[in-house]
Amino acid sequence: MDRNQSRRQVAAMKQSLFDQGLLDEQFIQLEELQDDANPNFVEEIVTLHYRDSSRLITSIEQALKERNPLDFNKLDTLMHQFKGSSSSIGAKKVKAECNLFREYCRAGSAEGCMRSFQQLKREYAALRKKLEAYFQLARQAGPQETACRSK
Amino acid sequence: MALETRFHVLAVDDSLIDRMLIERLLKTSSFNVTTVDSATKALKFLGLVEDELRTFETSVASEIHQDVDVNLIITDYCMPGMTGYDLLRKIKESKSLKNIPVVIMSSENVPSRINRCLEEGAEEFFLKPVQQADVNKLKPHLMKSRNKGDQDQEQEQDQHFHNKRKDMEAISSPNKTRLKCSS
Repeated sequence: MDRNQSRRQVAAMKQSLFDQGLLDEQFIQLEELQDDANPNFVEEIVTLHYRDSSRLITSIEQALKERNPLDFNKLDTLMHQFKGSSSSIGAKKVKAECNLFREYCRAGSAEGCMRSFQQLKREYAALRKKLEAYFQLARQAGPQETACRSK
Repeated sequence: MALETRFHVLAVDDSLIDRMLIERLLKTSSFNVTTVDSATKALKFLGLVEDELRTFETSVASEIHQDVDVNLIITDYCMPGMTGYDLLRKIKESKSLKNIPVVIMSSENVPSRINRCLEEGAEEFFLKPVQQADVNKLKPHLMKSRNKGDQDQEQEQDQHFHNKRKDMEAISSPNKTRLKCSS
């Protein structure tokens, strides 16, 4: 595939992630921190986010099983971490779901927490899939693509 | 360009991603960076050691040697165990460290929390995710404290033993048990 064409595809893919409300400004901030000395910074940090998220999802799932009663404090604390991690990579929609979940925690709504968590997992899985495709394409297109400016 | 040594920033955050992010942001601004994942480790790094034998109710940080040169501390607010706020207090209570500027980061925009930190002596309060624009605000604080440090050093050395006892009596932290970070 022609280099320019690849790059246009990558740019279009990225734009679509923004248009769908999946990513926010923070993702661009990450890209601006990428340079020749740190060419894979964004992907590295996003990969760490996947690790964090997997761990937290498992913990939340476990905590949701320990009912009668649900430990809302614990759930809120876990979700606070998830939200932080999502926020740091610019995962806009996932972050919004985290906030919703926390509202249910504060309201003491077990039902709300369960529903919100299912939605959150869906959003997270969707974003992850798209980001993995994005980074794969970006790698193929060549090193200049993901950096917004060269330093 | 002035031939000054780079500023050394100590970054404290229990989140690996946020440590990675703040480190990158700081290095982009030409700071030397040390990251630690807890307030306790930060205190160890700074040369402060908890001395729980002093009183049974409150703990007083006693100072051993301090051979690290830290010009600014930036810490997350919400951390398990000792919070960033507790860390801030300990630093401001310390004779040797109180002039080091401290910046607090938090993902929660809680005005009472922000005010409390600023009142306790934090120079800035950054909302997460921290961005380059935030980090750009740090240099003035560092320049200010570098100049102040030079002036104060002579005076402090004379006063040191006289004041130390007075400070020990004045320090009292109310017993706080925090299960989670609420304001």
